[in-house]
Amino acid sequence: MAILVDKNSKIIVQGITGSEGSFHAAQCLEYGDNVVGGVTPGKGGQTALDGKVPVFNSCAEARAETGANVSLIFVPPPFAADAIMEAAAAGIELIVCITEGIPIAQMVEVKAYVETTGSRFIGPNCPGILTPDEAKVGIMPGFIAQKGSVGVISKSGTLTYEAVHQLCSEGLGQSTCIGIGGDPIIGATMRELLEMFEADPATDAIVMIGEIGGSMEIEAAHYAKDNVSKPVIGFIAGQTAPPGRRMGHAGAIVSGADESAAAKKKLMAECGLIVVESPADIGRTVKSTLNK
Amino acid sequence: MKIHEFQAKALLKGYGIPIQDGVTIEDVEQAEAAVDQVSKELGADQYIIKAQVHAGGRGKGGGVKFSSDRASALENIRKILGMTLITHQTGAEGRLVKKVMVAEALDIKQEFYAAITLDRAKGMDTFMVSSEGGMEIEEVAKTSPEKIVKEAIVPGFGLRSFQARNLAAALGLEGNAAKQAVGMFQKLYKLYRELDCSIVEINPLIVTKQGNLVALDAKINFDDNALYLHSEVAEMRDLDEEDPSEVEAGKYNLNYIKLDGNVGCMVNGAGLAMSTMDIIKQVGGSPANFLDVGGGANVETVKNGFRIILSDENVKAVLINIFGGIVRCDRIANGIIEAVKELDLNVPVVVRLAGTNADVAKELLANSGVAIISADSFEDAANKVVAAVKG
Repeated sequence: MAILVDKNSKIIVQGITGSEGSFHAAQCLEYGDNVVGGVTPGKGGQTALDGKVPVFNSCAEARAETGANVSLIFVPPPFAADAIMEAAAAGIELIVCITEGIPIAQMVEVKAYVETTGSRFIGPNCPGILTPDEAKVGIMPGFIAQKGSVGVISKSGTLTYEAVHQLCSEGLGQSTCIGIGGDPIIGATMRELLEMFEADPATDAIVMIGEIGGSMEIEAAHYAKDNVSKPVIGFIAGQTAPPGRRMGHAGAIVSGADESAAAKKKLMAECGLIVVESPADIGRTVKSTLNK
Repeated sequence: MKIHEFQAKALLKGYGIPIQDGVTIEDVEQAEAAVDQVSKELGADQYIIKAQVHAGGRGKGGGVKFSSDRASALENIRKILGMTLITHQTGAEGRLVKKVMVAEALDIKQEFYAAITLDRAKGMDTFMVSSEGGMEIEEVAKTSPEKIVKEAIVPGFGLRSFQARNLAAALGLEGNAAKQAVGMFQKLYKLYRELDCSIVEINPLIVTKQGNLVALDAKINFDDNALYLHSEVAEMRDLDEEDPSEVEAGKYNLNYIKLDGNVGCMVNGAGLAMSTMDIIKQVGGSPANFLDVGGGANVETVKNGFRIILSDENVKAVLINIFGGIVRCDRIANGIIEAVKELDLNVPVVVRLAGTNADVAKELLANSGVAIISADSFEDAANKVVAAVKG
């Protein structure tokens, strides 16, 4: 078991004929994913990845022909909001958007629309999802992870790799790793994923990596207090970030007292989460928590 | 992206929103003509001289001056243009004032606050007003949050008339003033949405003694992701208001923010970059910058990263922390070796590479003959760079 994606996931890649899309779709295929199709409007009938994957004009067509239940999006920013809506309209169950730089106002509308459909949405501007040895839906390097029982939720990309690396160094594998993205408007929240990991019998502990800006970590911590029985190990990046400056991610900006790393960590601890002070201690802390 | 008050007001005016108008100049030679123009075209006989910088708190810092006649207006222009304005947002070094707005003085009866921004938790834009105009809104939020009234804007529906009426009523406006407010608030939201703003703030929004609603000040920030849709907005960017090394970094697609410590950092990924700053602090050092070289780091990005970091004279050592996922560490190592040779570095460099081809990379660095301190883990790297700074 795992959450969101596994070896049975049937994946289509929107933007498969672009340079990013074709590069990463090939990596997914190499990892063993069922990449059953690609979508590029106007290129239906062609094939991608050396003839291995059929290309369709629309998500609806791709879904009808292949039975796909997951879409991975690499469409460039001006067209990405539309691509997400198209996937949701076609009834794709899980939509993962990697694209960085989508206008925020467009994401506000897309999120509102997706919520009216039955689709679950991850991203945008995120590394995607990795269920070790089963499915890689995104750009996370597969080799850094190993199968196990720690669930990982993170707003970051390379910091997630760092945390996964630390877990593996301690001999701890992962059930599923999810990069949810650091934009102001994103699909699935930390709270939703905590809920899924709590329900997943293959997950014994959850690592939650947040950062300055927004209130998602706070919402998740409040939820965990009463609803999550598994240990949650939390870290917040950006303790040294000056207020009012955007630290890379569009959402990583302290614009109120409650959005600082110190405030978030304090509240997480109050809600019973195990808060890691140093980013070098994530792996060790999970290990010692599980050994208790 | 930020713009100046005079630019924000020009945008408001274009949307039919009444503003405190004026003329903006960059040269003291233009002072007389500007004052005369404001007098003639706007019928003003009293003036407000306002420093144009991208920072709040201008009034308290002495960058906004009332002038009761032409002579005092000219004197205040001379005082403010070219001054170094220090406010709570500029830092101790302050900001050189290169532009001033010569604005008409208005008779103020009431002052309010109005703003639109994104409520991230709700996933909706929020229009908020407060009867506490002219104050720092953060302060109002802290001390009397009940004085801030909000309307959430349902995506796709805009600010509805009933919501605008609620906001006007919350300010205690009635009759003609309430009517003006409803029109103004809807135009403000239209502007916010059409131009992809991240914040529109009118503080203060005033009612004049004549009973007219006017934007006395205006602050507008834009969503950088959407600037490609608005070239006329992108052209308003004022590079003089930004840190030169940050502007330079932007040219190379590097995300750099200068801080006041002495350990330069070069990292791939924003989260890892922030964490690297955090761990430097935790082991007793102080980061000199945030620098995210991004996912596609190569020899050129590493070289440019070094140039930017070393342009800061406070830097006493550099920490490079790269987690190679898609990026191969051996390529990064080659970039580091080339950069160190070419740039004639005179500060210690600590390198930690993990992920794809990290072993090959370590060997390359070890055999390169360049003076690099190699580190194994995240923690080890932080300790070594802080030790290097302390000598």
